Amino acid sequence: METIEFDYPAKRQVSGRAHVGVVGSGDLEVLLEPVVGDSAHVFIRTSVDGFRDTWKAVLDRFFSKYDGAVSIQINDAGATPGSVQLRLEQAVEVSEP
Amino acid sequence: MSALRHEPAFVDRQSFIELGARERALTLFDEGTTRELAGPFDRIESPWLPLQGVTPQADDGCVVIKGTIGGRSTVVVALEGAFQGGSLGEVSGAKMTAALDLACLDAEKGQPTAAVLLLETGGVRLQEANLGLAAIAEIMASILTLRTHAPVITVIGGTVGCFGGMSLAAGLSSYIVMTREARLGLNGPEVIEQESGVDEFDSSDRALIWAINGGEQRHAMGLADALVDDDVQQITTAVRQFIVMGVPATHRSSQVALYRERIQALDATQQVSPQTLRETWGHSDGTGSTA
Repeated sequence: METIEFDYPAKRQVSGRAHVGVVGSGDLEVLLEPVVGDSAHVFIRTSVDGFRDTWKAVLDRFFSKYDGAVSIQINDAGATPGSVQLRLEQAVEVSEP
Repeated sequence: MSALRHEPAFVDRQSFIELGARERALTLFDEGTTRELAGPFDRIESPWLPLQGVTPQADDGCVVIKGTIGGRSTVVVALEGAFQGGSLGEVSGAKMTAALDLACLDAEKGQPTAAVLLLETGGVRLQEANLGLAAIAEIMASILTLRTHAPVITVIGGTVGCFGGMSLAAGLSSYIVMTREARLGLNGPEVIEQESGVDEFDSSDRALIWAINGGEQRHAMGLADALVDDDVQQITTAVRQFIVMGVPATHRSSQVALYRERIQALDATQQVSPQTLRETWGHSDGTGSTA
């Protein structure tokens, strides 16, 4: 298991939180919660070591569109980058109905 | 022609198996009555999995939701089969025990609260072996206390099934609801094959496994009380019925003499067939079965 953390700038306060996904093979769990401030923090625990660059690429892309001040926790059980992207988008959808 | 519908019922049904643990639990309740206890944002996760390099889950794969079902106070505890095979660790075990004990406290205060256990589990989580074993002992003790006040209903939807220590918990419950896809057994097929050889039990022979552990067989031999389709509506209806029926006059697990007699009557010199068990143990003879 590897732990990875990232920070991104945020422009917008959000109010909702979201919990989506499951830590099952090829899937992941995302917990998204609002925070006070002008940045977003991402905390990842993944069962597959050595993919920091891939995680950064997926999250860079996600935060190129999303600007909420949130704390995101990801518990990953080997999801593909596509699945990660979809779960992140689902979390946003659930938190901002 | 256009007015005719040819879709069989299973096309329109909402699958229970395809739902995760939280969604399964929520489908059972009266709308707008639910409250989740120790949910994912409380982050009561396993402290032992990260130490062993295993990613934990924020709710430790155990979902506890309180509310009303058919207007009656009920707590549902659902195990998430996709996370570590629905295994019971220190935290998920403590959540289940606490939920059962709180239901018991409710009953003592004059508000009987039924418990519904949605079991998709291989039993003890091997990474937390002794703590998981202790948790199962606590769960069984709590079921035994609660079931004198209110019914404890086990639902095994599938497809993980219910094995290991949690099959004992299922055995102690007041009623068991199963689908054809579900399985119930003490040792799982892989474990039996590993310990006793492929001649004893071929874990790749799905027809054999379901003929012995499957929901249809368990129901036909009187070890499950209701056999339902993989359908949210049917499962909800069965659960509601058993909540209304309340505490059974005699729990199946109290019928020690009956089952001892039945096991002694089996001829162990030859292979007992699933069909024989259906015929000799079948549930029209007061085994506590109801469906």
